[in-house]
Amino acid sequence: MSSFLSQEVPLSWYLLLSAALFSLGVVGFLIKRNLITVFMSIELMLNGVNLSFVTFAHQWHAVKGQIFVFFVMMVAAAEAAVGLAIIIAVFRARATLAVDRIDLMKL
Amino acid sequence: MHLILFLVFAGFCLGGAINLLIQSHPINSALSLIVVMVSLAVLYLLLGAEFLAAAQVIVYAGAIMVLFTFVVMLLNAGREARTLGSRAARSIGFPAVVAILAVIATVILHAQGLGVARLSDGITSTEELSTVLFTKLLLPFEVTSVLILIAILGAVALARHDDTDPRANEERTGK
Repeated sequence: MSSFLSQEVPLSWYLLLSAALFSLGVVGFLIKRNLITVFMSIELMLNGVNLSFVTFAHQWHAVKGQIFVFFVMMVAAAEAAVGLAIIIAVFRARATLAVDRIDLMKL
Repeated sequence: MHLILFLVFAGFCLGGAINLLIQSHPINSALSLIVVMVSLAVLYLLLGAEFLAAAQVIVYAGAIMVLFTFVVMLLNAGREARTLGSRAARSIGFPAVVAILAVIATVILHAQGLGVARLSDGITSTEELSTVLFTKLLLPFEVTSVLILIAILGAVALARHDDTDPRANEERTGK
């Protein structure tokens, strides 16, 4: 049981997972055609970066890395609120969410 | 135990992220993203960040994703049309993504001095975190509250009906 509990995971695995999540977010940003899903891909990228912040905070025993993640979460919440309000405004003006058809800045 | 938990929840994470890309209906993508975020909360806990694990579940999986699903349902978003994307995305974007991932992976795998994570590492307590947050980093914290306030005002201003919109006025006078 003690050997079972003492198993350890290299921190590079966490960083690789973080890089994979970020890349999947970029791919989603490029291939998705729905405005809301594109926005979700951005959240995925933010989460990937957060994981690497927490990993490095663990590596260096630094609390400030975790506090930075906290600030990223707050900014992401503000961004989601404003972004989704913009999406609602765009949908009201255009009646579509397809990014191919939203190609003018003017509403 | 740590290894098993890491592998299981890293698998959930990657599976959810890939499912987000595969699904064509936004509501399925949103639910996949919730899976990713809850799995990430478990991984934060494995790395000893107890406060962030709780905040991840409450703020991300709770508040932000509820907002997303709410908007998806409010706008009655249907299946997205399948397109292959723009030529620029195909010819430059995907090779760039692969290159960036390869570079990051190479750097990580060759990095010296990266430690290991164990279950016995101990956790960063919320008390420890809040001591730093409310003493050394008090100003950024207060500035964040102003940012949130501006975001609330911006969201309300953007999402409300325009007063010059005749339909909105009809609704109001009808009541």
